[in-house]
Amino acid sequence: MAETHQITAGFMPLLDSAVLVTAKEMGFAEFEGIELTLVREMSWANIRDRLAVGHFQVAHMLAPMPIACNLGLTPLAVPTIVPMALGQGGNAVTVSNAVWAAMSAHGAEANFDPAMAGHALKKVVRERVSQRKPPLRFAVVHPFSSHNYELRYWLAACGIDPSCDIEIVIVPPPLMVDALASGTIDGYCVGEPWNTAAALLGHGHVATVKAAIWRSSPEKVLGAGALWAEENPEALSALLRALSNAAKWCGDANNHDDLARILAEKLYVAQPVGWMLPALRGQMPIGGERTVAVSDFFVPFAKGATFPWKSHALWFYSQMVRWGQVPHTAENAQIARETYRPGLYRAALKPLGIALPVANAKVEGALTAATPVGSSGASLVLGPDGFFDGGLFDPDKLDAYIASQKQ
Amino acid sequence: MPAGQKPLAILVIDENQLRASVIEAGLREAGYDNLTIVHDVIGIARRIEEVQPDVIMINLENPNRDMLENMFQLSRAVKRPIAMFVDRSDSASIEAAVEAGVSAYVVDGLKRERVKPVLDMAISRFNAFSRMSRELDEARSELEKRKLVGRAKGILMSTRGLSEQQAYVLLRKTAMSQNRKISEIAESLITAAGLLAPPGEEE
Repeated sequence: MAETHQITAGFMPLLDSAVLVTAKEMGFAEFEGIELTLVREMSWANIRDRLAVGHFQVAHMLAPMPIACNLGLTPLAVPTIVPMALGQGGNAVTVSNAVWAAMSAHGAEANFDPAMAGHALKKVVRERVSQRKPPLRFAVVHPFSSHNYELRYWLAACGIDPSCDIEIVIVPPPLMVDALASGTIDGYCVGEPWNTAAALLGHGHVATVKAAIWRSSPEKVLGAGALWAEENPEALSALLRALSNAAKWCGDANNHDDLARILAEKLYVAQPVGWMLPALRGQMPIGGERTVAVSDFFVPFAKGATFPWKSHALWFYSQMVRWGQVPHTAENAQIARETYRPGLYRAALKPLGIALPVANAKVEGALTAATPVGSSGASLVLGPDGFFDGGLFDPDKLDAYIASQKQ
Repeated sequence: MPAGQKPLAILVIDENQLRASVIEAGLREAGYDNLTIVHDVIGIARRIEEVQPDVIMINLENPNRDMLENMFQLSRAVKRPIAMFVDRSDSASIEAAVEAGVSAYVVDGLKRERVKPVLDMAISRFNAFSRMSRELDEARSELEKRKLVGRAKGILMSTRGLSEQQAYVLLRKTAMSQNRKISEIAESLITAAGLLAPPGEEE
């Protein structure tokens, strides 16, 4: 066995920390000669700060966060790269019982269909205007989060202007359910287990899911300090191998019960096992006593779910521009593109013989069904991917896409 | 505090009331009288508007940092606070703050030399508080350990008819021969006794 690599990773207590947690708990890190220390954090700001001061070499991060760091949009950020994604899907939009009742009256059904739910919500929003009621208030976990961009994309595509027709606030995931129950907020977009929790506790209804708004979309990534990654290529490669093997384990349905038990532990998510299983099994409680099957609700490994697509980075960047977080320039687009590093991923994982996409980017929304694609190693099936409203994102036509976006 | 300058307005957000009062005392001793201490973030936007703080401090255990930072980004009503020393030129300070478990936001344009003593004070008080908490925890666990040993002695005395002294010696010998702490041996013994107790008899 080669030298031991000491790596400390920060993580937030969410279901999608599964791959990192499993790498440690199931021995995948140890097998690669890594002494992996996991540190649970209370906020994304803490994760960012502790990566900046060198407490952490890598971290569980919101997929757009490293891009925001590199664009200088967050305080105290150091150059951060994304050599790997930590799965796809996993979020949902949950609304209060009162909002759900109003949506149902306008034709929303318990099927998670984004278009149907969105159009019903639009009618509710309009109704509130005519009744002189204040706008609905939705929460997301962070301004530079997939949650924020998914929620806004979904609303905008359904004719709701997320900047004026509703209010969007920031609430930490563990406080979402209470805020919904107390009426402080009317809905939220968050990762698991906080949608399942609201549904099972009777405080809310799941309106739609990330896996339907943007199919095969990234949620959390491995953020690594660029300097550390450059100086420790062996350690980084070993970590990517450990995480890939961990992701494969997480994706195996035979392991879901064990995974739910591990995640429920006090060190990790520290919530009931029963709150973990629905997302892992793709059987989501919707509210009341019902569950709805969602294929691909959370995908840790299959379909290239850990591959850091540059088209994902660029789509997040396009949304940052769309919502006024950053001006669009060729330099900024380049910074976003260079944040995600598929080359490092391929180099590290080649020895495992797993399916590796040969492309670095793809047209998001081109695959309407599961499709075999060019790969090295094992054969690879991707998709369906893309957006519920039929929108296509071609990363080679970024300027046109940005120009066409409705604010 | 140098004369002739408007006193710094400082806002401390800490849900731990004891720690907040420790920090408050330190800052007042150092002559910072324009202090506002809040224990939760409900209505924080309005408080910030009222207080117009030059420095905002929040502990790292508070899950609301992301909400606060977003508010600073969007706020039009208040002078815009920025995260501590954005240019990172004072990385030692930042690291010390993170180590201590506090983060600070200062109003854009405020001179660093005015903020540094405030931050240094907060860092030293945070560290003192952590030490105090740690000592308390240690004292508590020391007490727990003593209780465990006491219970284990009781079990040995009743099951093997030993005197208290003999029971203690046996525990200590076992601990030494197994290279473990006496409290661990006591704990194992209590667990074993619980497992071996006849049904219905709770240890």
